[in-house]
Amino acid sequence: MAQLNRTNTMTTTAAVGALTRDQLALAEQSRLMRRKAANSLITGVLTVLTALSVSILFIIVFNVLQNGIGAISLDFFTQTHRPAGIAGGGIWQAIAGTLEMLLVAALVSVPVGVLIAVYLVEFAKGWLGTVTRFAVDLLLQMPSIVIGIFVWAVLVRSVTGYSGIAGAIALMIIMTPIVVRSVEEILRLVPDLLREAGYALGLPRWRVITKIVVPTVLPGIVTGIILSLARAAGESAPLLLTALGNDFFNANLSQPMAAIPLQIYVYAQAPSEDLNQKAWAATLVLIIVIAIFSATVRTVAGRTKYEV
Amino acid sequence: MRSEVRIAVTAPSYNGEITREGQELEVRNLSAFYAGKKALEDVNIKYERNMITAMIGPSGCGKSTLIRCLNRMHEVITGATVEGEVLLNGQNIYAKDADPVRIRRRIGMVFQKPNPFPTLSIYDNVIAGYKLNTGKAPRGTNFDEIVEKALRSTALWDEVKDKLRDSGGALSGGQQQRLCIARAVAIEPDILLLDEPCSALDPISTVKVEELMQELRSQYTLILVTHNMQQAARVSDKTAFFLADERRVGKLIEYGPTQQLFEQPEKQETADYISGRFG
Repeated sequence: MAQLNRTNTMTTTAAVGALTRDQLALAEQSRLMRRKAANSLITGVLTVLTALSVSILFIIVFNVLQNGIGAISLDFFTQTHRPAGIAGGGIWQAIAGTLEMLLVAALVSVPVGVLIAVYLVEFAKGWLGTVTRFAVDLLLQMPSIVIGIFVWAVLVRSVTGYSGIAGAIALMIIMTPIVVRSVEEILRLVPDLLREAGYALGLPRWRVITKIVVPTVLPGIVTGIILSLARAAGESAPLLLTALGNDFFNANLSQPMAAIPLQIYVYAQAPSEDLNQKAWAATLVLIIVIAIFSATVRTVAGRTKYEV
Repeated sequence: MRSEVRIAVTAPSYNGEITREGQELEVRNLSAFYAGKKALEDVNIKYERNMITAMIGPSGCGKSTLIRCLNRMHEVITGATVEGEVLLNGQNIYAKDADPVRIRRRIGMVFQKPNPFPTLSIYDNVIAGYKLNTGKAPRGTNFDEIVEKALRSTALWDEVKDKLRDSGGALSGGQQQRLCIARAVAIEPDILLLDEPCSALDPISTVKVEELMQELRSQYTLILVTHNMQQAARVSDKTAFFLADERRVGKLIEYGPTQQLFEQPEKQETADYISGRFG
């Protein structure tokens, strides 16, 4: 090896003629310095950019905290709306409405979404799979207001009126493609090796799916479901045209229903400092709810192992 | 320059008692295709009961394709098709009314890479063929018995009997592979297919799996695909040599008793391959 190096240096020296070995070493060193400088420059730029984008999150959270924390009390969670000028009151009707509509939406989107994902991964090979996948992509990228307008046009206007069920259906349409996409991706992580192990034991296909494929990535599937819930919990545009919002507590799905994002929208526009502060506080609640969802996802997903 | 390699045939002729008869498997005029492209052409071969038959040949010669055709695992791959017949004790497993799921219960398979179910314990891995299926042990037996018997027959019992509830994924590679063999024999198939079962194992684990194959011969017909000619020579009774032609279609070149095939091959291609001239 040493000999090889020497030969190389000698050829190089011969090629450049006048340069001595010392000069070559010097050139080598300056090249190394330049490379190191470029490396630190890029690292520095990337660090600053990352810090900037993360700091936006901190600024938002800090701002919301500063403005909203004053309105947070036990009453804020347990009492319903009180008009401007009357002290006390909370957003219980909005919390309950959000939870109820999420639950109803999830009851449909989760099973339907998981089934579509299983179909796409395990069965769809031909054109029907391509069409389904394309439709899911399209729905996933659809602005949520479009879904709100669609539900308004098809249901609210003629069938349900402004109501909790219309809001739940809008959330359902938003959640389903998210469930499909995340479960689909997680199912693709199951190695064919495991499916074949099942087939070789004489398991029929549906048992391979229900007893091997799904249990192997169950934590990942739960993650996908929670992420879709978090996304739907924060939606305001589609609810504006469907659930409408409600100042009073209402658990009846056929009546207009409150939701946290809607309450924020209404309170933020209200000509009352008290209600404006409540808008901040409701925003804080929403951020915390979504943070809890994300934290759950991280713990659940951390438990998934694909040791194959 | 490559020196000629001579391979010593050391397969002991089996003198043990045959406790449970394996079945005979006969392949007739079998061709296999991937998305319409032929990978294996017109194979005729008869695997004899309670014998180990090794299938050797260079990469791409179709030996793994063939072994997957023997329990209808080939068709699991999208676009893969088979022509011809495979007779299990005289009955064609490719007959129209034959159910691939039932056939796979009678013809078990062990894969190249150990693939225990990562979510199941060692205990549940062994009985996976029952537990994930009907959920019940067959009449007159119970899971404890089946687990102990299968783990003893794969020489794994003493190593894992105190941690049967641990995950199967926590075992070493060699133990995992023996666990997969235990899982395959637990459902008492007639035939056991082994697709390069030692290629992902270290030499010591390889020896254990090879010893295990000798043990299992008293109860099963074993069919082994191997990359390793020495392994074929060490463990098998009969050997089949495959080679792809210029169209890259695999064919059976020679089939005979292992000793004869390695020491006095009839075909020039076989002689070239086993002496290490290619492949």
